[in-house]
This record gives sequence, structure tokens and C-alpha cells, in this order.
Amino acid sequence: MRQDVSRKPEPYLSVSDLVVRFPTEDGIVHAVEGVSLSVARGKTLAIVGESGSGKSVTAQAIMGLIDRKAASVSGEVWLDDEELVAMPDDAVRRLRGLKMAMIFQDPMSSLHPFYRVGAQLIEAALVHQSLSKSDARSLAIEMLRRVGIPGPERRVDDYPHQLSGGMRQRVMIAMALINSPALLIADEPTTALDVTVQAQIIELIATLQAASDTAVILITHDLGIVADVADDVVVMYGGRLVEAAPTQRLYYHPEMPYTLGLLTSVPRMDRERADRLDPIPGNPPSAINLPAGCVFFPRCTYSDRVPDGACASRNPDLIATEPGHLVRCHLPSEERRQIANNVLGSLVGGPG
Amino acid sequence: MTGQRREILRVTDLRMYFPVRSRGIFPRVVGQVKAVDGISLSLDAGATLGLVGESGCGKTTAGRTILRLLRPTSGKIELDGQDITKLSSSALVPLRRKAQIIFQDPYNALNPRHTVGAIIEAPFRIQGVKPPGGVRSAVHDLMERVGLNPEHYNRYPNEFSGGQRQRIGIARAIALRPELIVCDEPVSALDVSIQAQILNLLRDLQDEFGVAYLFIAHDLAVVRQISQRVSVMYLGHIMETAPRKVIYSGALHPYTHSLLSAVPIPDPELQRKRARILLQGDLPSPIDPPSGCVFRTRCFRAQERCTVEVPPLVELAPGHHVACHFPGAGPPPGVRLSAAGLTPDLLAQPVLPPRGPQEPPSALNIGRP
Repeated sequence: MRQDVSRKPEPYLSVSDLVVRFPTEDGIVHAVEGVSLSVARGKTLAIVGESGSGKSVTAQAIMGLIDRKAASVSGEVWLDDEELVAMPDDAVRRLRGLKMAMIFQDPMSSLHPFYRVGAQLIEAALVHQSLSKSDARSLAIEMLRRVGIPGPERRVDDYPHQLSGGMRQRVMIAMALINSPALLIADEPTTALDVTVQAQIIELIATLQAASDTAVILITHDLGIVADVADDVVVMYGGRLVEAAPTQRLYYHPEMPYTLGLLTSVPRMDRERADRLDPIPGNPPSAINLPAGCVFFPRCTYSDRVPDGACASRNPDLIATEPGHLVRCHLPSEERRQIANNVLGSLVGGPG
Repeated sequence: MTGQRREILRVTDLRMYFPVRSRGIFPRVVGQVKAVDGISLSLDAGATLGLVGESGCGKTTAGRTILRLLRPTSGKIELDGQDITKLSSSALVPLRRKAQIIFQDPYNALNPRHTVGAIIEAPFRIQGVKPPGGVRSAVHDLMERVGLNPEHYNRYPNEFSGGQRQRIGIARAIALRPELIVCDEPVSALDVSIQAQILNLLRDLQDEFGVAYLFIAHDLAVVRQISQRVSVMYLGHIMETAPRKVIYSGALHPYTHSLLSAVPIPDPELQRKRARILLQGDLPSPIDPPSGCVFRTRCFRAQERCTVEVPPLVELAPGHHVACHFPGAGPPPGVRLSAAGLTPDLLAQPVLPPRGPQEPPSALNIGRP
């Protein structure tokens, strides 16, 4: 069963029914449970969720970075016209960097501290392109210039520790894009950065994406960044995809109570300040002991409106409430919309 | 809480410099990190002052110096009218009943070998306070008050989630009913749904006990949620201090505008139409700060005068202090500003058009045609 989120013709990446489970001493960790999504070239898909929601594991599974000895991965991941889950490891390694690349939250942990920035960029280029050493070096300098590093001819010989956090993140973006991959996965790329630097990096990714028609998957917990750049949004909770929609639809007409809770629990600078926030009660579930029914049921304040205690006993299906808008919830559609209207309508607009 | 306005904290021209020493057998002091470079602020009893800024601006050092966890280089700190700037560490002990701190990282702020009960008891033990009904029942009440199950008295910190650990830290901080709590990024390590729970708890405790907060954070939306007044810090200096409403809708300092415009708003239509100021580069080094105004190297309004003259913090309206030679309103919506020069090819245009369907600049075509 293929459920396309963006419903664009020919998505570049298409994931269906992805399941990732880690057996541990304490039991099986259900990190990702049946996630389907897709993204076309030139588009940005955001995966939103809190820590432990499975968003990073989803990205690692797409990139083939999950150790098959430590986890079971099933489902299908189609990149362009190749299926990656069943592909041997070394074949996936050839695609990594060439067709798909990933940038991480902490650039210091993905740059080698002993090697010069330039050497690492050159290596990334030479793995996939047949270039002379000096051409590769020019390409490395050119990439550093394109990601906005001043004085790239000098910086290319710096070690990672000589660069600031924002500059390291730029180097990592340069390294990810040096082979012009058509898919870029950015996993919390700005979480470790200050807001003014975050704004630079987000702007940089958007500009580079527009220039080379890259498909971008942006993993973040920051609903502001998603509102800024995403075309489509997938909301994950407890390893499951609980809602997916085009960005505007998701922000103005969310239907899953968890999405609604996320939108109302962040303090907002664009609205009249209320003295108290409206948090989601309780804590996220453990990935070892997922609730039997709906994963969000223990924290949901609307489950008493569903008859027969279905929320506690049965995991709701992911259903299309509108073309391109998928929701996993037992509440009747009418009721979901009414709840969202009431809750969002009660937030008064205007700064102050 | 009485209606009387009373100052619980006054900080005057506080400086905290850390020496930079050369390597070798005979290290010499070769420079100074000016982490806090002459800040002044005041806080009323029962009120909240937000202290915002980016990492490295000195806000955490300021908080720790104010609580005298560090010995300031110069300046004056008055807690409830008492000058504590030069008190010895033994003379500071009784003071800890009045002023407490909550840390950012609830994982490292709690001793992993102590039970939750022992952690929350510690203030009573250290200060020799014997609450009526006994310490144990006081700890039970505290745990209940901050939303922890008192039955977990004998558990260890690793058995709790991040949000619950922050609750433990809060229970410890409020144990002796302090009048001031320095909250150093108390919610930035937490998920949004948990963050809202903790912010509500801090607010309820303030209503109940009349405690004042110096709330240090980098998240402007969080600071707005909890503060009555806000100070904006940059490279050891306070750039602007004003009542909350003024900071968020009538700021006059270009750095405040830049910070506000850099925070993305979770509303797609609004966010894509907003004015944006893209600051260039990173924070300069506090070892060798720029001459004149420290913000001038990244400022879109900087002029000749800014390089030579340090702008003083001036009260431009009642309660609204600004340190800028050219204070003014922010850019209109839809405009993108950025200071030219440092990253030439990407951001050279001083005014960028709003995001939306547009031709990519030709210089940026990478790889695939």
C-alpha cells in the first residue's frame, strides 16, 4: 500500500510501510512503525516530532545507516528508480553522497577533528567523481565559497576546531552537496545554532535547493522553521506517522489532537500572550512499551468522545480526510475539525 | 505578596573578566575574556526579568556572577539591599536561602548517586532548617507541589525523564522559599509539550510564593511568555532593556530587531511575509571585541561613529533603555535586510526579496544544470 503524502507526480524518494525495530535486553524498541512518505525534487518535506518519535531513525533507515545486525528494517525505500531496503550494503554506500546526502545536528561529530576541512571535502568528492587532486581542491574551495564561508582559499586548510559552529555547519552542507545529490536529508541542522545563525543556514539550504532542484527532507522539532520552508509536513509520534498534510493545511486545519497540542503548546510571538500555556499532559510513550491502541491515547484529552474505548484497544488507520491530508485518529472527521476550529479560534491574533 | 514595590536585585556596572594565560612553564596573562562587560539591571520582588542573547553573549556568566558563584572583576551586586559583591564564601552561605539557581541541563545538575529525596532535602540540611512536621514531610509536599509522585522519594535521577528531572531541580530550588531564582535556560533541553508544562509550573510557583526570576534564555518566545521586563545582551553588554510589550513590538535597537526577525513564527503565511534581517557572520571573540559598539560588525545600520564611540545605555522612554547611536523602528514587513560584505556572493544584496517563487541567482547554480 503506497500512500503518497505530497501527491506530486513522480516523487524522487518514496518510502512505504517502513518498520525499524531494535531488539534490546529490555525488549523490542519499536522505533519506526509503518511510516510512508514521499518527496519530489525541488520540494521540502518536513518530519516533525519530539525526541523519541522516530524521526531521526526514519532518516537513518532511508540513508541505509541502520546496522542490520542490530536492527530489523522492513518496508520499501525507492530512491529515483532503485529500491534500497533489499539492496546490499556496498551498493547503498555508492548511492550515499552521490544521490542522497545527510547533514546532522552536531557538525563536530561528523567532521574528523584530525583532518583539514579541505582534505575531508576532497575525499568526499573523489569517492564519487573522477577528478585530479587539484581539480578536487578547486571544487572544495568553490563549495566553501558557495556556502558563504569568507576567504575559502584560506579556510580550506583549517581544521574543524578552528571554525565556529555556524561555519562548521556550512562546511558540512558543502560536503553533503559536493557531489550534487538530488536528495538532501537535514536532521535538526540548526538545533545547536543560535537563531541569527540558524536564519543564515535555513536561508542557505533554501537557496542551494532552489539552485539545483534538490529534494529536501527536513527533520526538526521547531514548528517555526517548518512554517518557513516546508511544502509538506509529516507529524510523527511514538514511531508512527500520525498526520501528514501540505504545510498550510496542517497549520490552519490540523485534525490529529497531537498536532493540535504541538501547535498550542509552543509560546507564540505572533499572538496575544496568554498567562498560561496549554501543554499536552503527561510524557511521550516508551518505544519498548507502546500503548496497545492509539499511541497518543494516554495523553489525548478527546478520547472520551470516541465510543467503546476504541482508542485504548485499537490503533486507528491512517485515513485520507482530504486529498493529500492523512490522519490517524478514531474521532469522526466532523468532530476533529470542530475541535481544531474551537482550539485554534480561541487563540487571539496580533502581537503584544 | 504585598502590593509594595521592592527591589530584590540591583546590579550596577558589573564586569566579569577571565584571564587568558599563555602556555608554558611560566604562564603569563596574555589577555582577558570580557564575558560580562559592564551590565546594569534591577529586578523587583515577585517579578521576572528575562535576559536573552545568543550563546557566548555572557548571559550565563552574568547569572552565575550575580549569585556570586564567581567573584566579579568589578561592579556592584545588591541582593535585597545588601551589598554581596565582596562577601567571602562562608559569608555567602546564609544568602543561599534567599537566592537559588535552576540549571539548563537536568541530567548534569543532579547527583546520580543521590536519591531524589536526598537531593531535595539537601538545602534543609545545609542551612540547618527544621521545617514544622519534619524534613521528610516537607520534601513530600515539595514533590507534590512540583508535580512529582512523592512515592518516588527513594528513586535515582536516571529513573526520571528530562521534564521530571527539571521538576526535581525546581523542587530543590524552592525548598527554602527563596526570594530570587536565577533560571539558566531551564526549558531549552526539553521537548515543546514538556516545556509548556514547566513554564506553567514556574509561573504558578511565582504566584504562590512571590519569588522573583532572573530568566536567562536564548528563546525569545519563551522569554516573552514568562517575563515582565526583558534585557537583550550581546557580547557582554546589555543592548536594550524594556517592558515586555515594548521589546516585542516597539524595540529600538537593531540587534533586538535582528533577533526578533530571526525567530521563525509557526504560521506559514505570516512567516513567509515577515521582515527579515539576516545578520552576517558570527559573534566576534570576547577576547578581542570590536572597538566602539560591539555590535557594529554585524549591524545593518552601522556608521563611522559606531567604530569609535561606545554607545551608552540611555533611557529613551520611561523604563526603556537602549545602547545605540542610531536607535529606530524595525524594517517594514516583506523586507529583508542584511549587512553587506562578509559573505559576498550569497548575501550581498542589502535588501532581499521575500521568499517565494523566484529565479535562483545564477551564480548559485551548483552541479546539475
